[in-house]
Amino acid sequence: MKTPFPFSAIVGQEQMKRAMILTAIDPGIGGVLVFGDRGTGKSTAVRALAALLPPISVVRGCPVNSSDPADCPDWAHASETDLVERPTPVVDLPLGVTEDRVTGALDIERALTRGEKAFEPGLLARANRGYLYIDEVNLLEDHIVDLLLDVAQSGLNAVEREGLSIRHDARFVLVGSGNPEEGELRPQLLDRFGLSVEVTSPDTIDERIEVIRRRTAFENETDHFLARWQAEDATLRESILAARAALSNTETPDNILRDCAQLSMTLGADGLRGELTLLRAARAYAAFSSAEQITRDHLRSIAPIALSHRLRRDPLDEAGSVARVSRAVVDVLG
Amino acid sequence: MMADAPQSWARAMRAMAALAVDPGALKGLTLRARAGPVRQTAEAALSKLPGRQHRIHPSLTDTQLFGGLNISASLSEGRLVKDKGLADRPATLILPMAERCPPGLAIRLGQLLDAGLGHALILLDEGAEPEEEGHAALQDRLAFHVDLNGLRWSEVSVRLPAPADIEAARSHLMRIALPEGAIQSLTVLATRFGIDSLRAPLMAVSTARALAALDHADTVTEAHLSEAAELVYPVRATHLPQEPDQDDTSQEAETPPDEGHSSDGDGTTPNTLPDDLMIEAVAALLPDGLLDRVSAKTRSAQPLSGGGAGARRRGNRTGRPLPSRPGHPDGRARIDVIATLRAAVPWQALRPKRGDARIIIYPSDIRLRHYEDRSDRLVIFIVDASGSAAMARLAEAKGAVELLLGQAYARRDHVALVAFRGTGAETLLPPTRSLVQAKRRLAALPGGGGTPLAAGLEAAAQLAEQARSRGLSPTFALLTDGRANIALDGAAGRAQAQSDAANRAAQLGALTLQGCVIDTAPRPGPEATNLARALGVASISLPRADAQRLSQAIETELDR
Repeated sequence: MKTPFPFSAIVGQEQMKRAMILTAIDPGIGGVLVFGDRGTGKSTAVRALAALLPPISVVRGCPVNSSDPADCPDWAHASETDLVERPTPVVDLPLGVTEDRVTGALDIERALTRGEKAFEPGLLARANRGYLYIDEVNLLEDHIVDLLLDVAQSGLNAVEREGLSIRHDARFVLVGSGNPEEGELRPQLLDRFGLSVEVTSPDTIDERIEVIRRRTAFENETDHFLARWQAEDATLRESILAARAALSNTETPDNILRDCAQLSMTLGADGLRGELTLLRAARAYAAFSSAEQITRDHLRSIAPIALSHRLRRDPLDEAGSVARVSRAVVDVLG
Repeated sequence: MMADAPQSWARAMRAMAALAVDPGALKGLTLRARAGPVRQTAEAALSKLPGRQHRIHPSLTDTQLFGGLNISASLSEGRLVKDKGLADRPATLILPMAERCPPGLAIRLGQLLDAGLGHALILLDEGAEPEEEGHAALQDRLAFHVDLNGLRWSEVSVRLPAPADIEAARSHLMRIALPEGAIQSLTVLATRFGIDSLRAPLMAVSTARALAALDHADTVTEAHLSEAAELVYPVRATHLPQEPDQDDTSQEAETPPDEGHSSDGDGTTPNTLPDDLMIEAVAALLPDGLLDRVSAKTRSAQPLSGGGAGARRRGNRTGRPLPSRPGHPDGRARIDVIATLRAAVPWQALRPKRGDARIIIYPSDIRLRHYEDRSDRLVIFIVDASGSAAMARLAEAKGAVELLLGQAYARRDHVALVAFRGTGAETLLPPTRSLVQAKRRLAALPGGGGTPLAAGLEAAAQLAEQARSRGLSPTFALLTDGRANIALDGAAGRAQAQSDAANRAAQLGALTLQGCVIDTAPRPGPEATNLARALGVASISLPRADAQRLSQAIETELDR
């Protein structure tokens, strides 16, 4: 596999980059949805994110990346107990994937050649404690979407098929990307994404030229380019780790809680998930910008990406929901 | 473009040579040609390119592409045998009938190209009509698009650099210097043609370098840049080049909105504009009828749903399980283990014992699970926008259709919109899930004129048949007062119009679709009821209903 393009070398697309950094700081935010035109660097950013994430420590040989030998599922028959450092998994979920590949199924190879009943873990097991990336998420088949909804909500993958009864942890950050021209996303799945970002092509010539320049440099003088930008990536990784540590110490003043609730009410967002995500994301953002407590400024920058996809959507409404959120932010926060 | 046929062939040769030099960066080319000697020559040229080549087909399975378990071989050898996939080693994949490539494969191929393993993809596009073309996201990833239609066989011959030259160019490639400002002029040029994707200028830069390498040059020259632009930009252009000082209001109403800012961008850097010569060179190569194509692109909101994949009754939802059937596991269907064992058990006594295996299974025992395919519903709205309806109920009808569209969105239905007024019918919206478009078309629908009911029914029947061949289950809601007064040929006359309408209603009725007729007349008459009877569906007359009640009534009828 080729080295991915460095995350910090991506020109512009600040909102997309911010959203991804926030999920890296607090995976509980629950994923990012990136919608935009072709050729705007959606996939590049996701693949770059993988290289940016700090490694996790896992039990050697554990199929679900457990951090503790006690959490290792019985069916894995893992005998080893030592921990190893591994890069955070970023697992691709291809479009035409079968249910078996996603949830895992009876290990056909062993069943047919040796007559043994064994479980073959699927993509959800591999994505545990990491990221699950779905390109063209709006074209994903409905039965796979149903399956993901269930697992994303419970954090647990339950397999009941062919005489197997298996449960394992499947907590992952869902990252989806797609082109809205090609179809819409089901509202239920939309709701599972914590943050949603719309990306467009850079709108100044200079920015475009810079994109092409960096990309060409990446292709042709790869070593030199990587040496320069990987240092920046390392700095960013440090600040992500620092923000993770600071997360629990970041205060949430009462008036911010009130603001969150007020914002969600003004916008008429369904359920409480909107407020919760807004608060979590704002806290992560505050920690990232090394603030001691969440301020209204943090809310202002987070509200559009945390709330725009949660509005009770009139599917026929053409006005962008981002505009509605911005209006509400001005109304509530002044 | 057709006038200088030999030149377009020369460009095709040049594109192939450039691709051979740098397949990793240029990713591939789309070759659009009908089957014939010209295409054969082009394919012969392709086969002369160095490197491994594989011909793939649109129904390629994941196992073939990415590798996987070879179950038959594993069983016969009693150990695991894995198949190597095409993705394992860099190769040039040639995909014929690219216009029929299913979206799933297109996206996986796109991911394969993105992985940067050095694969290149050649799409052989045989689409006859402009609408029939390959997957847009895939084409965007390939550097070149070559259209060979219109070339004569006598004009073409394979003229490619020798393999040794290509090899030399490849090793030379890394040392080629890019002059200052080259990136800038190619990027600015792309925006001038309204190319939004940033892949285009990237491809152009790589192309210019590959061309320079082919010409044994040490730096990329102006000529290479303009040749690269000629090769990469024309097919991606969305509008004719615009002067930077020209303001947005002069743009066509149909051009996408994103172009506004691209021409703003032009204004900010007036001193870095590329040579006018370069612009003219690319502009001369713009495909004929560019604007037609642009509007066609915005119209086909869901190019993936059909993609010209032909008559195939396959829905996108799986239903209840069907009995297992023998078959070859290809990674798409699941093996039914119990049924496989059951098939193997009776033969155990006859089969030679092998090692300590408790049960011996032959590939022929393998049973695959099958599910009933349920297809998506398509609701065709046939709206009477004639004068008589417009007076009475067009507004309510529009409201009802809008509400139904909202419900269709929740149920993931597809919708299509046919309107008839004046002298004919028009398919305002081909089957789509993009409701924003549906609403826009509906709101813009004017009323007035005669009632060409027969034409409306005919258009709907065509649409329903097309949808059926693509695996959708069509249903319809016909909103009319049933008082036809325009015949099929567009002539006024109530008698002929009524008999034409009855005729077409029988035709639509023969498709045995679910549906309903909504009588929109202020005073319900027998016309709509008779029409509904001919169509074999229920007629609803709701003289005083508002949009809300109308939509409820239709929904109940369709769910029957």
